[in-house]
Amino acid sequence: MWRDALLMAGKDLRIEFRSKVTLNQILPFAFVTLIVFAFALDTSPGTLQKVAPGLFWLAVLFSSIFSVDRAVAIETNDNAGDGLAVYGVDSGGIFLGKVTSVFVQLFLLEAVLLVGVVILYGPAIDGWPLVLLSAFFATVGISAAGVMYSQLASGSRAKQTLLPLLLIPVTSPVLLAATKSWQDAFSSTASLGDPWLRLLIVFSVVYLALGAVFYGSILEA
Amino acid sequence: MESKRYKWTRRAIGIVSLLLVAATVIFGLWITPPDVVQGQLVRLIYVHPPVAWVAYLAYGITSIASTLYLWKRTRNMKWDLLAASSAEVGVIFTALTLVTGSIWGRPAWGVWWTWDARLTTTALLFVLYLGYLALRRVPATSHQRAVRSAIAGLIAFVDVPIVHQSVVWWRTLHQGATVLNPSLSPKIHGEMAMTLLLGFISFTFVYAWMLMHRYQIAGFEQKILDIELDQILEERLHEPGMESMQVELSPDVEQIDRHSKV
Repeated sequence: MWRDALLMAGKDLRIEFRSKVTLNQILPFAFVTLIVFAFALDTSPGTLQKVAPGLFWLAVLFSSIFSVDRAVAIETNDNAGDGLAVYGVDSGGIFLGKVTSVFVQLFLLEAVLLVGVVILYGPAIDGWPLVLLSAFFATVGISAAGVMYSQLASGSRAKQTLLPLLLIPVTSPVLLAATKSWQDAFSSTASLGDPWLRLLIVFSVVYLALGAVFYGSILEA
Repeated sequence: MESKRYKWTRRAIGIVSLLLVAATVIFGLWITPPDVVQGQLVRLIYVHPPVAWVAYLAYGITSIASTLYLWKRTRNMKWDLLAASSAEVGVIFTALTLVTGSIWGRPAWGVWWTWDARLTTTALLFVLYLGYLALRRVPATSHQRAVRSAIAGLIAFVDVPIVHQSVVWWRTLHQGATVLNPSLSPKIHGEMAMTLLLGFISFTFVYAWMLMHRYQIAGFEQKILDIELDQILEERLHEPGMESMQVELSPDVEQIDRHSKV
């Protein structure tokens, strides 16, 4: 399973490296949301500094919809997924591979986006370990839930509208917990015992487990 | 589809629920006294918690039925239809929970809506199961739809403990549990407790009655699909030039037929 996962992740990342969809489309989209958030709110530094973590994670969540949609579309287009089934690639491996690939893309996107947030909104960041750990687990959670839901909604002509409806409520605890733990990290109250970090860990573990168990059934159906 | 026993059970439950709801109305509006603190407003307590309970019960049934469908030994299209029917009733009751809560919140808290943990998560639960119902409308074979929605139903149910946890964490305005509080000593007594209990029982009966109706309709819908499929296949087989295909096609026809049987 692990070998299959690595192969899948490598393949997906190679496709991304050559097509550059995340770089050319999803990243600019995330940046645009950062800018329009400032239009919708107030441009006074105090306001933007305060809401920076929430806006950051909202931008990530919206971008993740495109990423997970694409991760699954790679297999559903031209029935490439059937080929994987014929080769006997482990379904848990496919899931973990897709999650890894989406995770890597989102994590890099977050790194660039964080620079954008720091420049545009100007928050002061204190607790770097908490920032990084929360981002890590939040991204795992979003990727795992996202890949699973994207596969569930695949094959539907209404997928573009269905996926956000399914994914946003499910990942809302991640949005909340990641925002809260970043708020803690941005203030002086940062500690690695942050309860919101624990919630993020629980969420990502639960969704990884659910995916490893059910992904095969979704593919077969 | 409908056996006589099913029909009579459904009717009996319908009549009992009507009587129970009538009793709850009489007790809730006339017999019980107004509350010392909340006055007449307390009467909503005979509706709001029971409605919320039914919503949770409905989602519980959806999860159990979904699990039974996913488990290969108990796999039967009936579980899928039951899960769908229960989720639909659950969504109605979640909406009612939000509406009755809002009606209570306006005079009690001064606002229609507040960003309290339980309110917010109930709203999320509502959207979550709306998503489940939307997923069910995606065109697919019966089996495909059943597996996908069963998994979606189970994932949605995983949200419930997170709902609970979040209540404990950011509990703000919503009052704590009245009956099932940690010390297990109910803060409500006498006639009011009895009426609340009556509310719980009557709304559970209403749920059972609605579920039986919805389940039956789901069965009919499935049957219509099967009949339409049979008709299309029949027409195709009798098109000019298709006679020679009949022998070859028949095993497939049988397979599709078996696949979509309720």
